[in-house]
Amino acid sequence: MEALLHISTLHYMVLSAALFLLGVIGVLTRRNVVIVLMSIELILNAVNLNLVAFSHYWQSIQGPNALHGQVFAIFVITDAAAEAAVGLGILIAFFRNKETINVDEVNLLKW
Amino acid sequence: MNPPVATPFFFYLLAGTMLIGGILVITRRNAVHSALALIAALLAQAGLYLMLYAPFVAGVQIILYAGGIMVLFLFVIMLVNLERVQKERQFNKQWLVGIAAAGALGGLFITIYTKGKGIFPDRAMPSGLEAENTQKISVLLYGQYMFAFEIASLLLLVAIIGAVVMAKKRI
Repeated sequence: MEALLHISTLHYMVLSAALFLLGVIGVLTRRNVVIVLMSIELILNAVNLNLVAFSHYWQSIQGPNALHGQVFAIFVITDAAAEAAVGLGILIAFFRNKETINVDEVNLLKW
Repeated sequence: MNPPVATPFFFYLLAGTMLIGGILVITRRNAVHSALALIAALLAQAGLYLMLYAPFVAGVQIILYAGGIMVLFLFVIMLVNLERVQKERQFNKQWLVGIAAAGALGGLFITIYTKGKGIFPDRAMPSGLEAENTQKISVLLYGQYMFAFEIASLLLLVAIIGAVVMAKKRI
């Protein structure tokens, strides 16, 4: 009970792993392309949480100026924005051609 | 300065909100419901960032992620006609293999966490962590990580051009 009540770095790591698993399940099992893209955003958020938790831990070792994890998290948020924009652009182009948003129907290269 | 108050309660509240939001994202039939659940999860994550003494990252998360990326998602969901899609099957043909793969990944995580539990011991945290967070991030961002900063702005330029080209009717 004491280990559950005192919040340490391991709690944030377990939460980040659970969110990562939810995102992976969403990417692998859904047919709707928009929900697949949102599951990818969930994965990136799990990684961000891990980075910021480790940055908090690193500050206790290296001093109060060691914020490398938070800087990395800002870069990950920037990359997630760029990837979401391009992914949704591809989705719109795909929808304009085939009038559907199921990933099952992206099968022109299937043999 | 101010000692933290009721840390386990807030952690479990925000973690529960994030997990419930994540489960709702991957299981809802309506894409708008999924987007709203993801917005709730992102706001709860901003709260967790505040608990980790990262106010600048929390602000960036709310403004950029919940206020920019999710609004873009909602635009595209409204643009694409989803009425017909809601009546079809929601999970694809290889859902069993997907669940098995995610279960294997979960087993890997559990193995790592139970074996490596003693790697991160509790240490005394320095005080006054939230006082100059933005200034310290800017010292790192414009000093040591200047090259990555420039590359990130180049990446955003490429993404803007790519998104415009992908969504045009006639190139």
